[in-house]
Amino acid sequence: MSSLLSDGRKSHQWQLSSILRRFHIDPLLLLGLLVLLGAGLMMLFSAGGQDFGIILRQLVRMGMALTVMIAIAQIDPDRLRDNAYWLYGFGLILLIAVLLFGHEGKGAQRWLNLGFFRFQPSEIIKLAVPILIATYIAERPLPPSAWRILCGLILIGLPSFLIAKQPDLGTAILIASSGLIVLFLAGISWKIIIGFLVASASAAPVLWYFMHDYQRRRVLTFLNPENDPLGAGYHIIQSKIAIGSGGLFGQGWLQGTQSHLEFLPERSTDFIFAVISEEFGLIGVAILLFIYLLVASRGLYIASQAQSSFARLLAGSISITFLVYVFVNVGMVTGLLPVVGVPLPLISYGGTSMVTLLAGFGILMSIHTHRRMMSP
Amino acid sequence: MKYRGQKVHPVGAWRLNLVRIMFVLMVAGLCWRLADIQVVNPEFLRHQGDARHLRQVPVVAHRGMILDRHGEPLAISTPVHSVWLNPQDVLANDPRLPKLAKLLDLSTQTIRQKIEQNQSREFVYLKRRITPELSAKVKELGIQGVALQREYKRYYPAGEVASHIVGFTNIDDIGQEGLELTYDAVLTGRPGLKRMVRDSRGNYVEGGELIRPAKSGENVQLSIDLRLQYLTYQALKKAVSEHHAKSGTAVILDTHTGEVLAMANQPSYNPNNRAGLKPSDLRNRAVTDLFEPGSTVKPFTVTSGIKSGQFDTSTIINTHPGYYRVSGHPIRDFRDYGEIDLATLIQKSSNVGASKIALALDPAALWHDFASFGLGEATGAYFPGEAMGTMPDPQSWRTLDIATMGYGYGLSTSAMQLARAYTVLADGGILKPVTFIKTDKVPRGRREFSADIMHEVVHMMVKVTEPGGTATRAAVANYHVAGKTGTAKKAISGGYADKRYQSVFAGIIPASAPRLAMVVMVDEPQGEYYGGAVAAPVFAEVMTGAMRLLNIPPDDLPMTQMQVAHK
Repeated sequence: MSSLLSDGRKSHQWQLSSILRRFHIDPLLLLGLLVLLGAGLMMLFSAGGQDFGIILRQLVRMGMALTVMIAIAQIDPDRLRDNAYWLYGFGLILLIAVLLFGHEGKGAQRWLNLGFFRFQPSEIIKLAVPILIATYIAERPLPPSAWRILCGLILIGLPSFLIAKQPDLGTAILIASSGLIVLFLAGISWKIIIGFLVASASAAPVLWYFMHDYQRRRVLTFLNPENDPLGAGYHIIQSKIAIGSGGLFGQGWLQGTQSHLEFLPERSTDFIFAVISEEFGLIGVAILLFIYLLVASRGLYIASQAQSSFARLLAGSISITFLVYVFVNVGMVTGLLPVVGVPLPLISYGGTSMVTLLAGFGILMSIHTHRRMMSP
Repeated sequence: MKYRGQKVHPVGAWRLNLVRIMFVLMVAGLCWRLADIQVVNPEFLRHQGDARHLRQVPVVAHRGMILDRHGEPLAISTPVHSVWLNPQDVLANDPRLPKLAKLLDLSTQTIRQKIEQNQSREFVYLKRRITPELSAKVKELGIQGVALQREYKRYYPAGEVASHIVGFTNIDDIGQEGLELTYDAVLTGRPGLKRMVRDSRGNYVEGGELIRPAKSGENVQLSIDLRLQYLTYQALKKAVSEHHAKSGTAVILDTHTGEVLAMANQPSYNPNNRAGLKPSDLRNRAVTDLFEPGSTVKPFTVTSGIKSGQFDTSTIINTHPGYYRVSGHPIRDFRDYGEIDLATLIQKSSNVGASKIALALDPAALWHDFASFGLGEATGAYFPGEAMGTMPDPQSWRTLDIATMGYGYGLSTSAMQLARAYTVLADGGILKPVTFIKTDKVPRGRREFSADIMHEVVHMMVKVTEPGGTATRAAVANYHVAGKTGTAKKAISGGYADKRYQSVFAGIIPASAPRLAMVVMVDEPQGEYYGGAVAAPVFAEVMTGAMRLLNIPPDDLPMTQMQVAHK
């Protein structure tokens, strides 16, 4: 794998490479991201009914998100660490604000209307949690003490709980896992990990009790979608049908019948992977998943090369979380996981998650390009 | 490794390796799952996918046209749309339903009822055969579960003029009356099958894969000449209305081929708008209604007489004093014709003379000769509801029955049968089936009488339309017309009605080389009631036009100066 991930340092004499380095951009990561974004535009054109308006809006969002990414890449990771508590606190306040005055959309309070634009504070928290936990855990030598782990868990649990209250269980779980991944990378002992897993398994019935009706229905539907083919199971069945009709080679770009005939719900957003599967078949999606794997692996390589525990933990968390997003989305679309409303990173139509994701990659680039030359 | 005094924890290294393994496992797991869905076991899902968007839909076959002998359309199918809905898909509270109801001129309540009462079904017609503009508006509404189906609407360009012959189809395009019924199997195509792609609203997306193309029905070309048909219809309609008659019927046959060239009835109906139609209007009276032919059978009686050898053109029959009694019943002529030959018998329509011939003959031979003219048997036209007429068994005949048979009472016939009988006279004694289908070759007939006898009788019948005959008003300028009038008292249950008549004229033209045979029957004319006064003018009017239209050479041109000089 490392041969695939050679980081381009050999080519510093190149003009382009030196410009990229000057702007703290990692070329391999950028290449991977651009491939995914390009694939996203292509699929959006098909899933969105070949509407150039949608493509244009998505292009504008991509431009914004890439700008944010490059801007963040200029910030020294140390600055992030210095301001981690502020960022976290700010995000927490916004989350509380959402619960108090939030804007309702699709049955959940997730949006905060700032007059000129609306945004989801949970997006800030997605980055704030791993930054804070990495900062907090790296304040003392690793592995962390039991006390620190406990405090870390509380710091993770607080925003997760607030987001779950919105209710947005999917995001809450993903945010919690981005924090937990930091703890895992920091070196919690296996005993604690196993204990935690057992505890959460036994907490499942309790969780069930606190769940909203629609959440319970989703879980039940996930367990047996064919029970209710026209109701809640409709998404999953339609999506599986679309994927299945793709076969090995797919039906060709713009040729998917299930997706184009409006059988497939949310086909531009959460279920766009089904469209890709129908049109490009197993071979197409395998290539796509491989590209995701390459991008995440590059992030992991950056983590392994990081010079501080903070940077290493943060880079690791961002990379792993990115692949977890992919896994959850694809798992959901293929019926492996319940429908939780997680978009396919960088491909699904929609702006906010893309900004957050690319901001995360900005941090990765920053970590990689702000390393100091040092003597061993 | 030291960096800013912090120790980089070595534990991280193997945990990162673990994460790498996890990465590969995650992607491999997803790929395995996808392979399972897409390649290993996709049949169920693919079938499900097909079931969701593919439907096998019948493709309605185009019904064949009905044409006249020159290719003029009498019945054509034009594409229209029908609105149907799937009660399982339509929401009874869809806010657009009232709009749909208004478009289709239905009440919203009716539509809701259709939805609620047919919950177990997937297909219910809402409105059949709407105009293209309306169907476009329905499509625009885009109501889930409401869709359009292409169908054909039958249109009859000739309207009421040919309605009794052509008939009509029902809402499902199945022949119900007339030749639409007779030739339904030929006209009906075989519906095709189309695999249609359907979106989740139940709308069929344009296109679709044809599994089996619809086989259009075949066209049926009738023997009818639409020009003659119009002439006949108009002349008959005029006569029926002038004489305030109850009904009327007229048939023209081609004497060589037995083809029906025209057939009209009054009252008629418009097949394109059958609302408020009386069932009696539907009857093709020329085929379904029987009447006593009366004096129009006298040429048959004379034929039988000549054939028996007891009579010939020079035989004189004494009809003095214009009446006599048979079994106590008087048989009367219009006046005393004295001693007359057969030609005069026909010309003056002497009942006394005709009955005397009949009484002189063997009843079985007379019956047989009448039957040889096709009376009492099917014409072979296969028209729905055709009446065969009655010819009582000669063994049951009493003397009076034999006598009245001679001038056309005691048996019944349809106008078409009578016309067919006259083609036997016209065609030199050959009996042929009647057909409504255009034929190129003359059908094989059966010789029933010698051509000589026929020529003699036809020659006698020419006198009928000449001065001194009973049907001078059937005369057509420049043509010899052989014909016979009939004026029958109308038979009602238990006897004959007083002052209710059926006026008949049957004729052949041109008499020297017959081409057409026509029968006109007017039922219950008021005022004048003689066949020569009521029915004969219809013949003359139609035939004057027909001779010109068919370009039939005249056989009775007035002698030119040249010819006179030559003489």
